[in-house]
Amino acid sequence: MGLIFKNETYRDDFTFSNSREAVWRFPFPFHEDKYMYVVNIEPHVPGPKGTAYEFPIDIDEHYVSDMRDRALVLQEDPLRCQSLPHMITAEWDLFELLMTSMANDYPEHFTLTRDGDRWHWINRPMNIEQEFIFGDVATLPYRPMEYITRQCQGDFCLLDQRDGNLWMDSGIVSSQADWSLDFDIGMSFMEWHAPVPLAHERGVFDRALKFLLNLQQGRPVRRLNWTMTINPRLDTSPENYHKWGVDRTTVTPQNVGEKVHLRVELQGLWRLPRSNAIVFSIRAYMINMDDIATVPKWRRRLPRVLKTLPPEIAAYKGLTRYQQMTIDWLSKFDDGAPTSPGCGPE
Amino acid sequence: MTISTDIRVRVADVETVATDVKRFRFVALDGSPMPDFSGGAHTVVTMPDGDHVRRNPYSLMGSPFDGSSYQISVLRTQTSRGGSHYMHDHVRRGSELQISQPLNLFPIDRRARRHFLIAGGIGITPFLAMAIQLEREAQPFELHYAMRAQSRGAYLNQLRERYGHRVHTYFDDAGQQLPLQRLLNGQPLGTHLYVCGPAAMIDWVLKSARDAGWPDQNVHHERFLAPPGGKPFTIELARSKKSITVGEHQSMLEAVEAAGVDAPYLCRGGACGQCETNVTSCNGKLIHNDHYLVDEDKASGKKIMICVSRIAGSSIVLDL
Repeated sequence: MGLIFKNETYRDDFTFSNSREAVWRFPFPFHEDKYMYVVNIEPHVPGPKGTAYEFPIDIDEHYVSDMRDRALVLQEDPLRCQSLPHMITAEWDLFELLMTSMANDYPEHFTLTRDGDRWHWINRPMNIEQEFIFGDVATLPYRPMEYITRQCQGDFCLLDQRDGNLWMDSGIVSSQADWSLDFDIGMSFMEWHAPVPLAHERGVFDRALKFLLNLQQGRPVRRLNWTMTINPRLDTSPENYHKWGVDRTTVTPQNVGEKVHLRVELQGLWRLPRSNAIVFSIRAYMINMDDIATVPKWRRRLPRVLKTLPPEIAAYKGLTRYQQMTIDWLSKFDDGAPTSPGCGPE
Repeated sequence: MTISTDIRVRVADVETVATDVKRFRFVALDGSPMPDFSGGAHTVVTMPDGDHVRRNPYSLMGSPFDGSSYQISVLRTQTSRGGSHYMHDHVRRGSELQISQPLNLFPIDRRARRHFLIAGGIGITPFLAMAIQLEREAQPFELHYAMRAQSRGAYLNQLRERYGHRVHTYFDDAGQQLPLQRLLNGQPLGTHLYVCGPAAMIDWVLKSARDAGWPDQNVHHERFLAPPGGKPFTIELARSKKSITVGEHQSMLEAVEAAGVDAPYLCRGGACGQCETNVTSCNGKLIHNDHYLVDEDKASGKKIMICVSRIAGSSIVLDL
């Protein structure tokens, strides 16, 4: 069965919404009723059918609209996609990973035919057909990373590995939670993580870097990260802070359900074969509080988690201003009953 | 828990390519393509030698872009703990083995303007794959290959044919020596140096490069260490609550595995850091043989790389 793609917006009139199926497959990130900072890395192996983890690269009902929003962002700000010259091999590695995953797992929407280096790609939802030579940049309308990520949901960063460190030397970042590729490009792992509170003191990033330097081919990993966003806006970038920062002042007890969104990032990490680089994918999912309130377990758990959030973390995630209002709104639905273990809806 | 992503392979060919050097070509048992890899990568080969399981790392030397098979070359060493003898004496066409996914601890630095490769003897193997990749990516390189005698120079003709004047050879028995000083001083800015070969050669190249003013980030090397033997001793595994003996020619990692305990590892050569293990206590002296732990860690007595290090003493308690 093919997906039915919605036609919706992530700006101006904000017509984005989740279908019932999208609510039930939402990658809810909290496995218990309190907040804990954990590195929570697990193998990125196929998950149950109908979840966001079913395939390595998840395509959902928002695909076509996501891609339209990305094109708008790139049109206004081409620096959202940057790649240092030595990353071209990693770009082709990413290109192959995404194209083969999409064609393999969504054959009704994408088809890839390979005859040696002569490839033929068909993207039906976006009405794209392209014949090209794999490895020959001149046969594509964009460089390989930009070409394929204009057709794949999620932000992607390519990390070069050298001198015992990882370097953010390439990426496309147009649907981010308040960080900037243009600012971070060329930085080392420790440099780009410098703003994160509390975790450095606990040695979290030293351990994470050690782990990633030995990330193996054929053994991708994933983790979930989360924040909150006012209005279903994908592009909450520092570059556009003047457009969305003010949204935080518009939350009232009357509109919490509609305006406040839990934003979850499904982050994947793969070792790439020919470049030995790592791809770091950041796929954002959004769900508003009205939809959270339709799932009994989540409407109990989320206010309990938000109550235990350390102030530094709330400030870092930018939700201080509307945190209490959201807790108050959600708590109306929390009958105090115990919740079952695990993140799933029931 | 370790999820095994090892690949079951069949030996498609074995060929003697130089004195004491055999090339083995592996194809996947299930017929699927081998994963692409990057020049400089190695694979760990698991050898079922009777009741003994041996695991040795070998550089992948075929084309990184040819998924039909993997190739490794094995030098029969006099000081072998058994791995190279097993490969030479027992592995033949049709044999079945298990190999790991490719792992690269000796990658090409793609910021380099130019690549200056130095190989000694069997240390040529990672450079065979690297050269194919550099050529394909249109990167300038030169390869300097030193060996004891022409008869021991594996892949000499193949390299000369493919790369012509970019290959320079030196034969010890003809009194030829790598003109290292001159070469180091003559490289343009932006050059990266890569060396693989016998330990003494690597030490010589690294020291000479440093003395010549090369930045450390521009100098890369790969050395696989076979775990040195020593007197037997006992390991107490604190978490698994087991007591095991490490034999004279066995590494701690091998002893732990033989006892059925799952310990993390990748390179098994003291380089990658994956098998770093916490020492609870030690009745003896830690003998650190790895290239991973910093001096501070080694001096602390609290960490040990169990793939190549051991103790001089009677027993050690590990957090495993």
